[in-house]
Amino acid sequence: MTPDLVGGLESPDYASHDRAAHEPYTPVFTGDVKRELDDLLTHYPTKMAALLPALWIVQRERGWVSEEGMVEVAGFLDLTPAYVKGVVTFYTMYHQHPVGKYFIQVCTTSPCGICGAEDVVKAFLRHTNTGELGITSQDGRFTVIEVECLGACGFATPVMVNEECIESMTPEKVPELLARLP
Amino acid sequence: MGYPHHPHPRETTVLSKHFGEADARTLDGWKKRGGYKALEKALGMQPAEIVNLIKESGLRGRGGAGFPTGMKWSFMKPGDGKPHYLCCNADESEPGTFKDRELMRWTPHALVEGCAIGAYAIGAETVYIYIRGEFTEPLHWMEQAVKEAYAAGIIGKNAMGSGKRIDVYVHKGAGAYICGEETALMESLEGRRGNPRIKPPFPAVSGVFGKPTTINNVETLVATAPILMNGADWYKNMSLSSPKSTGTKLFSVCGNVQRPGTYEVVMGFPFKEFLYDLCGGPLHGRKFKAVIPGGASVPIQTMEEAEATLMDYEGFVAGGSMLGSGGVIVIDDAQPMVTVIARLARFFAHESCGQCTQCREGTAWTTKIVERIRDGDGTVEDLDTLLDIGEQMTGKTICVLSDSCAVPVISGIKKFRGEFEALIQGRHFHPVTAAVA
Repeated sequence: MTPDLVGGLESPDYASHDRAAHEPYTPVFTGDVKRELDDLLTHYPTKMAALLPALWIVQRERGWVSEEGMVEVAGFLDLTPAYVKGVVTFYTMYHQHPVGKYFIQVCTTSPCGICGAEDVVKAFLRHTNTGELGITSQDGRFTVIEVECLGACGFATPVMVNEECIESMTPEKVPELLARLP
Repeated sequence: MGYPHHPHPRETTVLSKHFGEADARTLDGWKKRGGYKALEKALGMQPAEIVNLIKESGLRGRGGAGFPTGMKWSFMKPGDGKPHYLCCNADESEPGTFKDRELMRWTPHALVEGCAIGAYAIGAETVYIYIRGEFTEPLHWMEQAVKEAYAAGIIGKNAMGSGKRIDVYVHKGAGAYICGEETALMESLEGRRGNPRIKPPFPAVSGVFGKPTTINNVETLVATAPILMNGADWYKNMSLSSPKSTGTKLFSVCGNVQRPGTYEVVMGFPFKEFLYDLCGGPLHGRKFKAVIPGGASVPIQTMEEAEATLMDYEGFVAGGSMLGSGGVIVIDDAQPMVTVIARLARFFAHESCGQCTQCREGTAWTTKIVERIRDGDGTVEDLDTLLDIGEQMTGKTICVLSDSCAVPVISGIKKFRGEFEALIQGRHFHPVTAAVA
């Protein structure tokens, strides 16, 4: 019963496993995306309030939030890059490093933990050939992490695959799920 | 209803009546079910009348604290010349709680309507619905509903032709439990790290963007429409117990139970019958051992306590716990309590914002010590150390996350001390090996 997957309280050492090459940065906020940001700014009385939505746009367009992305957002919202980085690092959902094509989050908080979530994590690590939490598989397809409560406790174990929440996952269903991903 | 199961005859479905009906998600489908009639009625009333009606109904906050909603609304002073804001707290992240998720993904227009009613009542022209980032499906349906409501003129510059402006915006969080704390939510909405603020000033004086703000939970706002339609007495009379707890309440049930799901019962419903009858009792061959009845932050109940509890704000306190968010976590005899508590402590350590020393250090120390006991490396002194740390973490910080971490640990040691001691003395927990149906 003792979970043997959880390590220390620190985040995994992503940096040493970064394989995505740093391509030259091209601005995110041009054309339609810039208009989207302009529209967002009308929702709030301050520019700063558009920071979280703007970062979401960067992640949607690029798959992660690079330092160059933070600098670009800072420029549009009259913030300093350091401030933006401070905000990015507070929230768990902004990827500060490239992740696999399929970013898989398995809930292991107590309600799911007592329904066998650890075994689901193990099954994902085995079948995605990632072997370790937070590490992207060699083919760049998968990154698996444990996540704190996804708020779907009655459907243990819930798993997020990118934007999709899959309910009632079991170790047996993992290969089938992975096989249907393009 | 006990979604995803068929409604149980002993449920009283007011808010959850249309769970599972895909058609209820659309504007047309919602109108067919009587949608937006309450808003229309509200817009024809004086804001103060609405506040009084909600006060009379006895509706209390459904997010966890149980503060009387009408009273909260009455703190917003009309005609102060300042912009007012309404924030809807849809950052549902309390382990064991998933009722707002169901409300938003099945009846998104009910929330839009509740937000518009609330905004009108407190003199706000802008509503932000702050939804946690992981809730992709609720986010989708809420964005869709807001778009439809704008297109139909229900909200916007001239809400339902009333001449009132009611703008509703969906704001997506980015992964932080603490943003469900109301002042952290406002900080996050402003584009900052989600660090809770010191109160006072309270949000009604200086809230989001420094302006008077009211923050209500999803379920609270959704409950206002049926109260407007059916009256305060109707709501007040839906209670089997204390007059201080009125109406129906959604309980999301999870863990080791036959039928996990979201149930709606009137306040004061007997918890024993709820667990064994509505939720179907324990899994085959197992027995219930403990219940955490209101989300991970409330004290653990033994079955003895739980079975004598009436399900309302006062009843859960009398039963040694709290109603909290209504997230019922059921734990059976196959689960080692120390493992369950260790995982809860780790959750809080992960989610601490790190502002206050007691919380930043206390949650991490607690996690390390409970995990050490779980792994068989604990010492007799560890239990006293945990209780001492727990005491230092209670009532000493800006928000209650620190207290929330101490609660399951202190109540766990108090009520299940034997399991801690057995591990410390080298006697490992042997789960029952019964087959699960």
